[in-house]
Amino acid sequence: MKPRALVIGAGIVGAACAAELARAGFAVVVLEAAHPSAGATACGMGHVVAMDDSEAQLELTRTSRSLWEELLPELPENIEATRAGTLWVAADDEELAAVHAKHAYYLTRGVNAEIHDQHSLRSLEPHLAPDLIGALRVPDDLVVYPPCAAAWLLALSGAELRVGLAVERAEARRVLLHGGVALEGDLVVVAAGEHSLPLVSPALPLHGIKPRKGHLVITDRAPGFAQHQIVELGYLKSAHSHDGSSVAFNLQPRPNGQVLLGSSRQYDRTSDEVEPAMLRRMLERAFRYMPKLRALPAIRAWTGRRAATHDHLPLIGKVGAEGPWLAAGHEGLGITTSLGTARLLSSLIAGTTPPFDPRPFDPQRLCAEASHG
Amino acid sequence: MGDAAHAHAHGEHDAGHCTIWLDGERRRAPIGASVAAALALHGWRGTRTSVSGEPRSALCGMGICFECRVAIDGVPLRRACLVTVREGMEVSTHHA
Amino acid sequence: MRELACDLLVVGAGPAGIAAACAAAERGKKVLVLDENPGAGGQIWRAGTHAPPRAAEPWLARFRASGAELRSGCAVVEGDAARQTLWAQDAEGLLRTRAESIVLATGARELFLPFPGWTLPGVLGAGGLQALAKSGWPVRGKKIGVAGSGPLLLAVAAWLVEHGAHVAFVAEQAPLGRLARFAASLAFQPRKLAQLAALRWKLRGVPQLFSSWPVRANGRAHIDSVELATDGEPQGFLVDALAVGFGLVPETALAEQLGCALDASGAVAVDAEQRTNVERIYAAGEPTGIGGVENALLQGELAGASAAGDARAAHTFARRAARARRFGRALERAFALREELREMPDDDTIVCRCEDVRWDAARELDSARETKLQTRCGMGPCQGRVCQPALHFLKGGRADRRRPPLLPLTLGELAELAADRTTLEHETSR
Ligand SMILES: Cc1cc2nc3c(=O)[nH]c(=O)nc-3n(C[C@H](O)[C@H](O)[C@H](O)COP(=O)(O)OP(=O)(O)OC[C@H]3O[C@@H](n4cnc5c(N)ncnc54)[C@H](O)[C@@H]3O)c2cc1C
Ligand SMILES: Cc1cc2nc3c(=O)[nH]c(=O)nc-3n(C[C@H](O)[C@H](O)[C@H](O)COP(=O)(O)OP(=O)(O)OC[C@H]3O[C@@H](n4cnc5c(N)ncnc54)[C@H](O)[C@@H]3O)c2cc1C
Ligand code: FES
Repeated sequence: MKPRALVIGAGIVGAACAAELARAGFAVVVLEAAHPSAGATACGMGHVVAMDDSEAQLELTRTSRSLWEELLPELPENIEATRAGTLWVAADDEELAAVHAKHAYYLTRGVNAEIHDQHSLRSLEPHLAPDLIGALRVPDDLVVYPPCAAAWLLALSGAELRVGLAVERAEARRVLLHGGVALEGDLVVVAAGEHSLPLVSPALPLHGIKPRKGHLVITDRAPGFAQHQIVELGYLKSAHSHDGSSVAFNLQPRPNGQVLLGSSRQYDRTSDEVEPAMLRRMLERAFRYMPKLRALPAIRAWTGRRAATHDHLPLIGKVGAEGPWLAAGHEGLGITTSLGTARLLSSLIAGTTPPFDPRPFDPQRLCAEASHG
Repeated sequence: MGDAAHAHAHGEHDAGHCTIWLDGERRRAPIGASVAAALALHGWRGTRTSVSGEPRSALCGMGICFECRVAIDGVPLRRACLVTVREGMEVSTHHA
Repeated sequence: MRELACDLLVVGAGPAGIAAACAAAERGKKVLVLDENPGAGGQIWRAGTHAPPRAAEPWLARFRASGAELRSGCAVVEGDAARQTLWAQDAEGLLRTRAESIVLATGARELFLPFPGWTLPGVLGAGGLQALAKSGWPVRGKKIGVAGSGPLLLAVAAWLVEHGAHVAFVAEQAPLGRLARFAASLAFQPRKLAQLAALRWKLRGVPQLFSSWPVRANGRAHIDSVELATDGEPQGFLVDALAVGFGLVPETALAEQLGCALDASGAVAVDAEQRTNVERIYAAGEPTGIGGVENALLQGELAGASAAGDARAAHTFARRAARARRFGRALERAFALREELREMPDDDTIVCRCEDVRWDAARELDSARETKLQTRCGMGPCQGRVCQPALHFLKGGRADRRRPPLLPLTLGELAELAADRTTLEHETSR
């Protein structure tokens, strides 16, 4: 009989882990409190992107992106996977310098990238503001539609999906449900997004993951308005300020012609209502980069929550000496990094050589961080 | 033939009508009529193409369904059932 | 941003809104009425290219004399309940309106159920076709089938006959027996019986079918014929148009956005004086449950009087309104939709018209939220106003929560609105 893996959470990370574990020979059961993609996976952007905030992040995102790339030919149409590429646009000399630095760094790490000046930028994306002075184009970045991607991965895994089951505790070889009911398995993976740590505390500190709220707006179809996922380079400066809130221009053309606009970042928000002040800042930011956006009809605005850790890297690995396993805290990159996370996790479980250095992702680092205060 | 189409065909220019442009064609429409009605009066059957390519036109008549949407004076996504015709108005069913 | 302030804001200039506006304005309140339609009257009394019906005249006259101000072509797009503020959009752009109290009289919308061919041009709502015809849509000389359910069908059919259409049939899904029992229960309501008799007289010669519903609309780029099942027997008709609606659902989008609680039936919950659970926000007419025009008028007067602080007057209306509400419930039971209508869509029938989602894609998914996430059902510009009530009937379950804005706005307007909301929040928190 196959060994049995219990995966908690049917977001993109749980789905990817289920698929990977099934491939490794496990019979997988996915336990989901609500329904597949009930959490962050339903709210985000689905930009599959190489990111270089840290060496570890680049390893994880680059590996993940190539795993997505391998899947491309198999992905069904409803995942709307496209090789849109990313355009990191620079508004001033400092950012232009960052374009060059990023370019050089990406090339040394095998990430394709090309520099565009003011002129060629205009021909790539005519609606960009004319005063933007350059950009880095990363042609191999992708765009997917996350809820359908998660559903596909789940189906691929052949896992038994049990919905409406809220797990209260996760242990090395069993999970406890409401009312003291227990389910046994040969291993347990916690992939419950921002709700993961309460399932394993006190082995890990309860507040090691903080939700970081983000706003998004989608327009009616406007085919051809933009070709790339376009992100301001200032994003790097604004994205990770722990204090207060920030906004950045982040535009995604959906394959159907809709334009999806982000993004904002806020800690300590309890309500998931759209906040006028953030929405305004986010839109004004976008208009500065693409003035013609003003005329597009917006049909829906919403918010989502990113599960953020103190060092902006996910928690992938074993909790304590015995387990359970953890795959959570993917902040604003979990769609991208779901596949790399699952690959790393399964190699750690099997004891094979990991695809990249696993140490920066070790969940135990939370304990060190907590004891430092 | 509807009243407006009739008046147009016979070159009548009475006070109860105004001139509008439907997909670039000059037409007369009764004052007080909705844009959706004006389109129907002049034989426009489908006024929008759905995302899978089907012809569609007004369903609810009261601003709910967005099936009647057209561009009016260059502004997309206007609900033709809620907008009253106005002299010189330009209606486009191609960029809705 | 332009700002208008008043004592009472009324959303909707149908019977309920007009009555509320009159009641409050006549008690000395400064009243502003907003309606996205081009004129006053709501669904039943709207004018357009036709004169409003005679029954409307005294009310429209009273409304004009009341001193209440009407802004037509003005759609409310967002609200801030704590600050009694609504934002609306008219031809000139956005508008901020503030008041001591707000009456939501947003009416109802038709329930559309999917069946093969229902997306063809020429298949319209029953009330929908009437509304369009009142704004000049050509019906004279046209052969029109009327189908679906509810008292609206007869009213629409009679109206169409009066305006020169050739009504091919009226197909009501409810069984004759159930309706006959309901009619018998009207014995003590001679006015209602007389109305029914008048309608049937106008429709003499028009085939009236019971236990009958559309199976398929045919045509290439426009409907040219329709197939009905009547008592299980197929029947075909050549038509120029099909007017089909399966009853009404309360329009609660704005109420929900303002935080008003709904009751178990999905209508806005109100107390005996039409107060919602949100302070200083009232609801009147169809948003509180489908009850017809008399109910709407009574609830409107009640809400207006109560918002104007006249508890005595409110009390007298309250009893009559309760009676009207009972009538509404009896009506609902008589025209309850039958199980078989859930079998109307086939695999290829589109259920979400904005995103062209087919029934086979939506059928198996559990909740409305999952259906939306996996198939895009409800993600289009109508924000699920058409498909969500249909899915609710077909599969049960609750609709996914609606996202702002209530109506599509340009991103520029959305930013302007957000900026104004922020300004207002700052002003009032100081
Ligand atoms: C605004 C925004 C934009 C984003 N943009 C991008 C982007 O462009 N690219 C990118 O790569 N990433 C992006 N992300 C991040 C990405 O969406 C998330 O990192 C990712 O979805 C996380 O997936 P997850 O499976 O870990 O968590 P979730 O999707 O939150 O899934 C967790 C699941 O666990 C379930 N669950 C919770 N508790 C329990 C319990 N006790 N028992 C059982 N089940 C439970 C939940 O119901 C949920 O279904 C964005 C996020 C946001 C908010
Ligand atoms: C399409 C249709 C046709 C009908 N025809 C008949 C008929 O012929 N005979 C009959 O007896 N009954 C008819 N009814 C039933 C009718 O609704 C009630 O009898 C009665 O008119 C209800 O009055 P009301 O004031 O509650 O709502 P309504 O008359 O529906 O008035 C509501 C008003 O609110 C406005 N509104 C809604 N939301 C907003 C917003 N966000 N911003 C601005 N304005 C808004 C609408 O434009 C509308 O004018 C019809 C209903 C519908 C839906
Ligand atoms: S016909 Fe439905 S919105 Fe105009």
